[in-house]
Parts: sequence; structure tokens; C-alpha cells
Amino acid sequence: MSAQTDDLVKQDQPGPDAPSEGLGALGAYIKDYFGRVRGGELGSIPALVGLVVITAVFSLVHQGFLSAYNLEALVIQAAPIIVMAMGLVFVLLLGEIDLSAGTTGGLCSAITAVLILRHGASWWLALIVGLVVGMLIGFGMGWLRARIGIPSFVITLATFLAFQGVTLILIGGQGSVILPDNSPLIKLENSFVPLWLGWVLLALFVVGYAAIKVNDALGRRRSGLSRPPFTVIAAKVVVLAVIGAVFTYEMGVNRNLSTNAFFSNKAQGMPWVVVLLVILFAVWNFVLTRTRYGRHVYAVGGNDEASRRAGVVVSRIRISVFVICSGMAAVSGMIAASLLQSVQSNAGAGNTLLLAVGAAVIGGTSLFGGHGRIIDAVLGGLVVAVIINGMSDLIQGANSAGYEWVVTGAVLLIAAGFDAVVRRSRA
Amino acid sequence: MTSDPTLELRGVEKSFGPVHVLSSVNFTANAGEVTALVGDNGAGKSTLVKCIGGIHGIDAGEMIFDGTPRTVSGPREAALLGVEIVYQDLALADNLDIVQNMFLGREEVTRLRTLDENSMEKLARHALDTLSVRTVRSVRQRVASLSGGQRQTVAIAKSVLWQSKIVILDEPTAALGVVQTEQVLELVRRLAEQGVAVILVSHNMNDVMKVSDSIGVLFLGRMADQVRRKDVTQTQVVELMTAGRSGDLGLSREESTGAVV
Repeated sequence: MSAQTDDLVKQDQPGPDAPSEGLGALGAYIKDYFGRVRGGELGSIPALVGLVVITAVFSLVHQGFLSAYNLEALVIQAAPIIVMAMGLVFVLLLGEIDLSAGTTGGLCSAITAVLILRHGASWWLALIVGLVVGMLIGFGMGWLRARIGIPSFVITLATFLAFQGVTLILIGGQGSVILPDNSPLIKLENSFVPLWLGWVLLALFVVGYAAIKVNDALGRRRSGLSRPPFTVIAAKVVVLAVIGAVFTYEMGVNRNLSTNAFFSNKAQGMPWVVVLLVILFAVWNFVLTRTRYGRHVYAVGGNDEASRRAGVVVSRIRISVFVICSGMAAVSGMIAASLLQSVQSNAGAGNTLLLAVGAAVIGGTSLFGGHGRIIDAVLGGLVVAVIINGMSDLIQGANSAGYEWVVTGAVLLIAAGFDAVVRRSRA
Repeated sequence: MTSDPTLELRGVEKSFGPVHVLSSVNFTANAGEVTALVGDNGAGKSTLVKCIGGIHGIDAGEMIFDGTPRTVSGPREAALLGVEIVYQDLALADNLDIVQNMFLGREEVTRLRTLDENSMEKLARHALDTLSVRTVRSVRQRVASLSGGQRQTVAIAKSVLWQSKIVILDEPTAALGVVQTEQVLELVRRLAEQGVAVILVSHNMNDVMKVSDSIGVLFLGRMADQVRRKDVTQTQVVELMTAGRSGDLGLSREESTGAVV
């Protein structure tokens, strides 16, 4: 035996003296990237391609699909889906499922609305109660899964039905509870960030993103590790800045067509919910990628026995993801209530959950656990919102709702099939 | 022997209910040596390993670490004493990369409680370099993309990272091809050269004869004999394994027939 047995597999990692900048490094980075893509790590590519293609198709067949007015509609439609999908990513990462996320959101928003309207609670207190109820629901379901060992599919199917009933009982025979016009809750989806503030927030966001990326790269260089070339970082920052600027500019167009000399109330600026989405994205992305907790979520999703042997308290992780998911479902319910300016007795039922699961899966989160990111929820949520929005314009008539459901179901099935195929190629 | 062995077992007994699995087992493992632990199925290898790893408590006898008798009441305590067990099924998470797996459960964090990826990556690379591992291209590739031998390498390198004193390898070559087996055995030798007491649990006589310095043979829950590799032939070891004795070596004729002494 000699050391030469080791050389049977050639080492092709760039040594410390390999170029870290310039064309060589860029070429190596791109080659490495395509290598990973071929290895089944597709990242956001399918979702991005899908988003571009269907947006192009809808904007061709439907004039005004990309108008400022419709863009705003898209964003506020996508918001509750994206938020719920963010929570679902955590549950899906463990290979679990929460079928009740939709009705949990509905129930929590019903509790908040009823507290405000029938019990005169202040809006923020009602909001907090709604969120806490959501997290307690998540804790209960997570406990049943982790400690009792009931499959999450069954637990959440049961609560899916039960919470619909509770919401129905809470709202009562009226069919819906209308939120008061002046409620700050309504402002989330229906009022707009002032133009100057929109640009300031965008600048902060882009500068913050660039600072984090550059800081990471400098840290790796200090430690003598290979790092992405600065050209790649610069390209990413520029793309982000351009997309953000186009969005902020188009949202700055006045969408209130009746504005004239007498009525000057303009509808311009991005909806406040966009700011909430960015904050939620930043927080959960940080938790998943940069904390021990996030690392352990991935580890348990990949191999729970290995995690247990490594000293991770698996049951605690399992319960926590259900708490996060149901908490985010409650937030999603509040956003949906803000959008509708009311809570219906069937809030969160129907296809609410399917759209959110579809969003996460389309974005690239695996139903088999271990693979998923928060950005998946955002991109997937946008794809789903574009499909729903485009379809409702395209298909008119009495059966349009039926077609929408069929298309949504088909998209979810295709995304799940894609996930299964990719998983097999990865194994 | 100038210094105390890293691990010494004296008269270890273990029963599960009425089943006497280990009876008065003596075993030593020295730093810088590969000590093989062999025996037929059901001889008690796994039980002995689990006793050292703190998964099972022992009923009687002594476990002496570096000359000091200790009681090991759990896996965590065993880890504190520097015992690392590399299991047959490896216990790696496929979706994580090499660094993430090596640090799983013991991640380094910065002052802000965020993951310190850079220092973890450096330490992981260093651990692999210590073992002269060149089969791993990048420490940032996912474990799912590794071959069986490479996965075994990662699992073994983990013990270098944690500066374990006693590393127990449970059938490390069982699922590997010829070339990869060679690589892993080479790794086992290098691990011992780092001053680690390596305990190699194996069925494979070729592997055992090739890498070990000392061989402990279990026969029906007893330590038939622990012999120096250079003093025995493969035939003698196989006889010890199957009959409990070989010439002057091993148990007495009465003991080897299973009679209660």
C-alpha cells in the first residue's frame, strides 16, 4: 500500500495560488456552476424560467398584463401565498406536510377580526392574539407528530377540517366579518409606500445585499479560501438593482384613473405588504442559512438518525418547524383578510393551501425533505400568482373558476413530478 | 509497556436479562496502534463496542482510560473521554456538504451566534490534509455526490477533527470495492500514526492481517485471546474465531466447548 492509491482520483481544486480574479476565475466559477446544475442542484433556474415564460405568454395574449395596475394586483395576490409558502418550506424541509396551514390562517384571521369588531379590542392586540393562537396550534400539531408519532399528514388533515368548522362557528350566520375601513390592518394591502421612501428602501436593500456579499467574499479571502469572483457579485447586485428599480418605477405610476383637477387622491407607490415580504424573507433566510438552528433543520430533513447521533434534539426541531409554519400561516391569514378587507366564513379553505404548497414546490423545495430555501417560496409564489391572475383574465364565463382549479391542480402535479424526477437524478 | 494503554478493559461482564453476552472480557488498545476486534456473528463484538461507546452500561469489570478507571454512563460521556464510533451505516446527512457533516451538532459560531463557515471549512480541510486525503475534490460538495470510500473518509476524518483518542471503526470496508478498501485501510493506518488508538471491528481477515498491530478475538462472549499480529498466522486467527483456541493460544479445552467454568 502506498500513498499513490489516493491519487487515483485527481485533485482538481484550485490551489491557493490559482487566480481568484479575472477571466480564469470567472470561467472556473461558471464551469463549477454548470457542474452543480448537471448534478441536479438546479436552484432557482426552473422557477425563474417558468416565471419569465408564463409572464411572456400572458403579456402576449392579454394586453395590459404588465401594466402598473395589474402588477399591483399580482403583488397583493401573491403576498398571502408567498408568506404561507415561506412557513411551509420549514415543514417541507423535514419531509413533513401541513395540510391545515390554510385553515389555520383563516381561523387566526377570524379570531383577530372578531376580537376587533365584537369585543372592541385594539387592532394590535387582536393581531398579536391571532399570531399567538397560530403558534400554539403549530406547537400542538408538532407535539402530536414528534412525541405521539402520528403522521403529520393525518394530524393536519384532521385540523384542516376542524379549523374550518371553528371559523364557521366564530363568524356565524353572517357569512363574513367586514373589517373597519380605518383599520391599519387594511392598509397593509391597500395603501402605498410614499414614492421617496420606496426608493430609499430599495437603495438600502441593494446596498445591504451588496455589503453582505462583499463582506462574505472578503472573509473567505482572509481565511485563505476560494471565493466567488467579484465580477459575479457585481453582476448579481446590478441585476437585483435593475429589477428593483423597474419595479419601484412602475409602482410609482399613478393607478387611479379618476384622478383629475378635483380628485387628487393618487394610487401610486408599492403596497406596504412588499416591505413586509422583504423583511420576512431576510429574517427567515438568515435563520435557515446562518444559524445553528437552520443547519439542524436541514440535517434532520436529510437524515434524522445521523442528527440524533450528532446530538441534535430532533423532536425539538420537529415541533419548532410546525410552530413557524402555523405562525406564518396566521400572518398569511391576516394579509388575506387585509386584501379582502373582511374575513369570510370559509377563509383559508379551498385551494389556499394547495397554492402555497405549489408555490414552495415550484420554487424548488422538495416534498421529500432536506432541500429547500426561502427564495423558493417567493419565486414560486410569484409563478402561482401570475398563473391565477393570467388565467382569470384569459378564461371568462360561468365555468372560469372551474378551469382555474383544474389548471392549479395540474401545475402542482407537474411541479411535484419534476421534484420526484430531480430527486432520483440526485440520488 | 512503558505507558498505560489508552483503553484497557478488565473482566467486563454484560448480560441482557438471562443472556450472558460478555463474560470477563479483557482487552487493550494502545495509542498509535490499530487493534482489530474480530469474532464470528454473535460473538459479542457489537455489544463490546456499544459498552465502550457508553450506549450499554457494563454489569461488572473495569474500563480504564489512560490508566484511570472510569464509569461511562452515556454516549456523551464517552465522547468527552475521546471515544468516537464510526458506524457501519455512516450517519451522514446526504443533503449537507462535507464541512456541514463533519461539524454537525458541534458547529462553530461567531460572536454574533451566526455560523462561522470560514473557520469550519479551514478546519475540515486541515483534518483531511492531516490524513493526506486527496480523494476529496472540494469540501463544499454534498455528501450525496460522494462514493462509498469517500463517505467513509469523511466519517473517519471527523474523528481527527474532534481529536478523538479512541476511534472505533465498525466494518469500515464492508460495502467497498477493492480500490476503495485499499484507500480506507491506508487511512486507518494514517489515523493510528496520528497517535490515535484505532479499534477496527471487522469480519474481513485480509483487512485485519494487513493493517492491525494487535488482534483481539472474541469467541462466544469471551476474549479467546489478544495476540500481536506478528506472532500469528491467518489460520491461527481463524481457528481462534471459530473454535476459541489454536494450539497454545486461546481458551482452555473446557472453556472453548462452552462449559461453564
